[in-house]
Amino acid sequence: MSLKAFHIIFIFFSTLTAVGFGFWAIRHYSDSGEVAALIAGIASFIGGAVLIIYGKWFLNKLKGVSYL
Amino acid sequence: MSAEVLPYTVKPHPVTGLYNGKFGIWLFLASEVMLFGALFSTYVFLRMGAPETGPTAWPTGEETHLNWMLGGLNTLILILSSVTMVLAWVQFKMDNFAKGRIYLIITAILAIAFVAIKFKFEYAHKFHMDIYPKTSVFFAIYYTMTGLHAIHIIGGVVVICYFIGPGAKLWEENREYYTNRIECTGLYWHFVDLVWIFLFPILYLL
Repeated sequence: MSLKAFHIIFIFFSTLTAVGFGFWAIRHYSDSGEVAALIAGIASFIGGAVLIIYGKWFLNKLKGVSYL
Repeated sequence: MSAEVLPYTVKPHPVTGLYNGKFGIWLFLASEVMLFGALFSTYVFLRMGAPETGPTAWPTGEETHLNWMLGGLNTLILILSSVTMVLAWVQFKMDNFAKGRIYLIITAILAIAFVAIKFKFEYAHKFHMDIYPKTSVFFAIYYTMTGLHAIHIIGGVVVICYFIGPGAKLWEENREYYTNRIECTGLYWHFVDLVWIFLFPILYLL
């Protein structure tokens, strides 16, 4: 497996983590009222979206590179 | 040592279909999966086996004294470092050494920032509160897993710094060989970052 393929897998798990952390932070905010958690939650959802866009861009950029 | 002495450093081996460096790093990563896999399993069994209440109960989020903001910041740092690592490799593949080197330097800086946050703020804060591995089962596994991970990060920084500095001479001798070595470093780096992607939620959030 090439670095290209491993990077796509990594971005997939990073996106899941970003979204999961976003949900956790929003729930933490509703429990504790900590504003930092709300900001972190929103930032995390945005980060997740950015990672998806980046992943697509990366795949386009490395079209000619093998997955092996 | 030149590519003529070591076979299949650039061209794929006819049996594996990979150049030898990539095959070697995947073998190494397989052993790393077993190492960290055993530790993750240990964590799960310790947590599942802990009583609901009492002095040996598994600590709640507040009792662990783990700062989710620092953990989150470190997660962001490592994700960014993986992106810069892969961009370095892409630049070397495109024959752009200067840009690739800059991305490697950024990767090293991000990795050093991760270690600095871990030691300067997280560990130092816990030591200040007299929290050590002997404090509880949770902290024993916390220090073991995060400490081992931090050692891997430091090892990665050493390798990246080598390719920024003295190892860069290989670029002049054999560009493809150098680029392949960066790919192997990138595979290791992604693995170490992926371990943190799993460590962060289980230790800081759940």
